[in-house]
Amino acid sequence: MRVLKFLLQKELRQIFRDKATIRVLFIMPMVQLLILPLAADYEIKNINLGIVDHDHSEYSRNLSNKIISSGYFRLRDYSPSFQQGIHAIEKDKTDLILEIPSHFERDLVKENEATLFVAVNAINGVKAGLGGAYIQGIIQGYNQDVRMQWIQFPRFDPRPTIEVTFSDWFNPNMNYHVFMVPGILVLLVTIIGSSFASNNIVREKEMGTIEQINVSPIKKWQFILGKLIPFWMLALTVLTFGLTIARLVYGIVPLGHYITIYIFAAIYLLAILGLGLLLSTYAQTQQQSMLVSFFITMIFNLLSGLFTPIESMPVWAQMITKFNPVSYFIEVMRMVVLKGSGLADIRYHILAMIGFAVFFNSWAILNYRKRSG
Amino acid sequence: MQNEKVITAKELTKRFGSFTAVDKISFDVKKGEIFGFLGANGAGKTTAMRMLCGLSLPTSGAATVAGFDVYEQNELIKKNIGYMSQKFSLYEDLTIRENIKLYAGIYGLTDERIKEKTTMLLKDLHMEGEEKTLVRALPLGWKQKLAFSIAIVHDPAIVFLDEPTGGVDPITRREFWTLIYEASAKGITVFVTTHYMDEAEYCNRVSIMVDGRIDALDSPANLMKNHSAKSMDDVFLQLARKAVRKE
Repeated sequence: MRVLKFLLQKELRQIFRDKATIRVLFIMPMVQLLILPLAADYEIKNINLGIVDHDHSEYSRNLSNKIISSGYFRLRDYSPSFQQGIHAIEKDKTDLILEIPSHFERDLVKENEATLFVAVNAINGVKAGLGGAYIQGIIQGYNQDVRMQWIQFPRFDPRPTIEVTFSDWFNPNMNYHVFMVPGILVLLVTIIGSSFASNNIVREKEMGTIEQINVSPIKKWQFILGKLIPFWMLALTVLTFGLTIARLVYGIVPLGHYITIYIFAAIYLLAILGLGLLLSTYAQTQQQSMLVSFFITMIFNLLSGLFTPIESMPVWAQMITKFNPVSYFIEVMRMVVLKGSGLADIRYHILAMIGFAVFFNSWAILNYRKRSG
Repeated sequence: MQNEKVITAKELTKRFGSFTAVDKISFDVKKGEIFGFLGANGAGKTTAMRMLCGLSLPTSGAATVAGFDVYEQNELIKKNIGYMSQKFSLYEDLTIRENIKLYAGIYGLTDERIKEKTTMLLKDLHMEGEEKTLVRALPLGWKQKLAFSIAIVHDPAIVFLDEPTGGVDPITRREFWTLIYEASAKGITVFVTTHYMDEAEYCNRVSIMVDGRIDALDSPANLMKNHSAKSMDDVFLQLARKAVRKE
């Protein structure tokens, strides 16, 4: 144990002496937490709309006004022909064209039926999907309005209709920040932790200092713990810093207890740092370890369920997320922050994470060799 | 006691793939000796030394260091030896005092003993007042002397020095050898590799490695006599020229 004390002292001194790195450690989360949540917002506004109105009637104008006043669309192009409308899409001026055929009003009034045509620029899939859905919703609303105006009698529509009302549990206002910020914080702590840990032992290899350690009677577990503990403390500090920003800037106060988050984070970080240390026992240069840890965290992050729901992934990808520690933490974060889950609710997550931590760290200790073959 | 062997090597061999870096070397080192380990670049000195220190697993042969077997008891060997590698390997971003404290702590010295040792060591190195200097800022000669002093901070039975004076000026080299003599006087066996033939003459016995084998092993005086050479330089040149292996 005494040896460990000296190793920790050494490691902490080295960390705090490197002022530039410490600064980055605290500026990085600040910038990311202040900027990323604004960008990672699924509600799409300012969709650029082109309208091709062949009808020029009162009804077609009403429809156009309704769409534009919804707040989701900006009228950027008003072309006399569909060809010209498409041209605007090609030039990236608009994302979506609504074509109103001539005789729209006449058909609607006389034949009770009219068609509209919507063309969407699907280069940006998210924008296309949501834009199409929004405009469809608005047109449906318009349709309802028209019918309400015309049909005075009978009071009740003879055709049965089902009306659906929504209530969003756990996040009544569908506030994306509450949903995204804790998740982004998870990614942040993960990236900092894993890149720090994976670089560290490799750095000692490159500098040659590990030779002097290997020729001493230090036990392997002492050496690994001597690396693990300081980074663990550092990552928990960054987490605290991030939770403070989330609270002060976004007003995010977890429904559950902070202590639940910390207990899980403590185990989670052991797993992530263990993985980083494991990589660094294999890598010979910092470049190698950086590339590999970048690759792994990238996959972990994209398969974490932060940006896309895990349930909508193909089955094989869902299987992979079971082996992805990041997805567990993001789920736990959301459970605790939004639902107020306690330790009992996340017990399986905790067990899985203990498994990860033991697995990665044991492997790291086994693979760290004081003597080359 | 005088003839107690602290290092024995018997047909010690290290192969990397088809390349034989160290080829069946056999020798003994007696307690308290300064044993010079000479050879051209690439002759296999460092590899041999790393095997004895427990940093590299031998391919075949047998060796004991401080009475412990290199295959099975390598961690016990590590308790009883000091090692200074060819590449400077103290922590450059720690101060002199912090490096001393770290290694003294790793080898299990008590806090009190660490303090004593630090003061003594700084005094011997004439570095009083510099204990808060980062090692990075020291001139090479100072670094090497510090590395040596830290390698023997736990008073090991044997200290292994791998080209400790490479790139160091003649005055510092002389000071360095004074430190080696002082360590030897305290009963520490010194196992040292070098390229400088004047340094070879400071050793009690020297071995000369050529192409992974030990071609000569004796006291400097005997070696010069047997090779009818005027200096160790001559002896070395006569032997090293036979090398077939390139660097």
